[in-house]
Amino acid sequence: MIQVSNVHFGVKGRKLLSNVSFAAKPGEFWSIIGANGAGKSTLMKLLSREHSPTSGSITFHGKDLKKYKLKELAQRRAVLAQQNSITLAFTVLEIVLMGRYPFYDTQPTRRDLEIVDLCLKKVGISEFKNRLFPTLSGGEQQRVQVARTLAQIWEVKEGLILLDEPTTGMDLLHQYETFQLAKEMTEKGFAVVAVVHDLNLALQYADQVLMMKGGETFASGSAETVLTEENIKTAFGLTVRIIQPDHTHFPIIVPDTAPVQASV
Amino acid sequence: MQAQTLNKPETTFLAPGLPAKRKASVFWVGTVLGIVLLACVIFSACIGALSISLAELWQIIAFKTGLTNVAKFEEQKALVFWIIRLPRVCLAVLVGAGLGIAGASLQGLFRNPIADSTLIGVTSGASLFAVIVIMLNVKYLGVISEIGGAYTLSLAAFVGAALTTLLVYQLSKLTGEGGMTTMLLCGIAINAFVGAMTGLMTYMASDEQLRTITFWNLGSLGGANWTSVLAVAPFVFCSVIFMPYLSKALNLLVLGESQAAALGVNMTVLKRQVIVLATMGVGSSVAVAGTIGFVGLVVPHIIRTAFGPDHKMLLVGSAIGGAIVLTLADTISRTIVAPSELPIGILTAMLGTPFFLYILWDQKRRKI
Repeated sequence: MIQVSNVHFGVKGRKLLSNVSFAAKPGEFWSIIGANGAGKSTLMKLLSREHSPTSGSITFHGKDLKKYKLKELAQRRAVLAQQNSITLAFTVLEIVLMGRYPFYDTQPTRRDLEIVDLCLKKVGISEFKNRLFPTLSGGEQQRVQVARTLAQIWEVKEGLILLDEPTTGMDLLHQYETFQLAKEMTEKGFAVVAVVHDLNLALQYADQVLMMKGGETFASGSAETVLTEENIKTAFGLTVRIIQPDHTHFPIIVPDTAPVQASV
Repeated sequence: MQAQTLNKPETTFLAPGLPAKRKASVFWVGTVLGIVLLACVIFSACIGALSISLAELWQIIAFKTGLTNVAKFEEQKALVFWIIRLPRVCLAVLVGAGLGIAGASLQGLFRNPIADSTLIGVTSGASLFAVIVIMLNVKYLGVISEIGGAYTLSLAAFVGAALTTLLVYQLSKLTGEGGMTTMLLCGIAINAFVGAMTGLMTYMASDEQLRTITFWNLGSLGGANWTSVLAVAPFVFCSVIFMPYLSKALNLLVLGESQAAALGVNMTVLKRQVIVLATMGVGSSVAVAGTIGFVGLVVPHIIRTAFGPDHKMLLVGSAIGGAIVLTLADTISRTIVAPSELPIGILTAMLGTPFFLYILWDQKRRKI
């Protein structure tokens, strides 16, 4: 669906990304992980066409990303960016309805409103659809943004969903619900590419993982092959242990650090 | 106002997805505000040094349009109405609408409810260019006005306003999205520069020029005649007719530039459209009426608090609201110290500054 081949990107002679390649197919959940400043968000900006690669190419449904009109792209892929501050007092409903803007001219159709309603329910925020966005807490705001992203892509066939740290500020339950939702979308034939900080969530939900280090691909492949103790140690500089508890269906990653010694 | 909307119980019998409040459609709000504006226009046309009663007004208009053949009014009143009162009221409506819609759209573009054309220096930029043209005109004896006619000043002011807006926008973007500090600092710098230029001209000016400069600084609709009305009308009409088409894009811009782009908004094009259309209104009103501050700040704020921040409503409401406010303000400014008159810019600044401080305070308070 989206194919990234040998992409390089730099600003003012400073290299931010070099030689990154991967391809997300319909139905795949790709998770991009890496330490701070590894180039994850930059890669997301290239994927959403906020920036264009210095060299290399990104194709979306077989066509060069640069050749798409913005409107065309808006009807086939949705983006949830990292920073979403809104100062004007729009209601939650109005914000989510913005996700439908690329699909209607002046008045939302009944279908648009139904989709908005559905997405609000999916994310579990229909009870405060008439509240003002700036009065919500950080995690609630983020859930509204997730609903907006979902509304944009809801009826698209083989759409692409780009999420840059989608669970920022969310509590435990909603973090899992969001990932569950993303997974659900991949089962419908969407491709999801998400920057994820929680390696356990990546391990549990991602089909494929792209591990980045210093602007380059450090490892790429299925979650189990990429998320190994050695890889995490090299990419993040932290010793971890991967254990398989008896009662869970998936392994978990725990930091293997000595307990903090009280200094005398 | 905020708390009120919050505590309202949800009305469940509405169709799913429809907002329970803010049901007021743009059409109805437009109609109601339009009727209020009409009432203000009639009120303003009747009041003044020579007052005209409603009956007389009806007679004057009916006689002119050929509805009656009997002139049951004093000739003098008809002259005052057609030559002095009506063009002035028309100018107030046009300038008010231009300033109101420009304020609302610039606030959308800057993603900040305190972006006012006076505060960020756009008005100053416009008046600087207009004054330069006046100076050049003196030197080259009307060559420029021969080419541009009545539109010369409007065009010059428009170019000045557009360039300033672009400058402020680019600078405020450098410091990150919605950089309020840079935006306001830019405004201070530009206002100071224009202040210095004005000072320089005051220093060198003759008596005649001094009067013109004072006029720019204080803002007044006193120079209204049909020529100035015609010089402003096309610019304001362009702005008012085309700006509401950008309301969806301006709504998306609230999410941030990159998010708006991801939802299909071409930022470069939108930026150009908003700046051109907004500065058309500001530029041409500066050209005929000088610096009238705070209309573009206060009016959109009231509309936003009453009907919500949706730009379709906001733009239409601010245009009509601006016209209402300026018509009333002008009526006050020419009656309060009659037979002399108070420059309208003084009035709007006196009322607008406390309001601006209130918005600043309110913004900070709401963040806590």
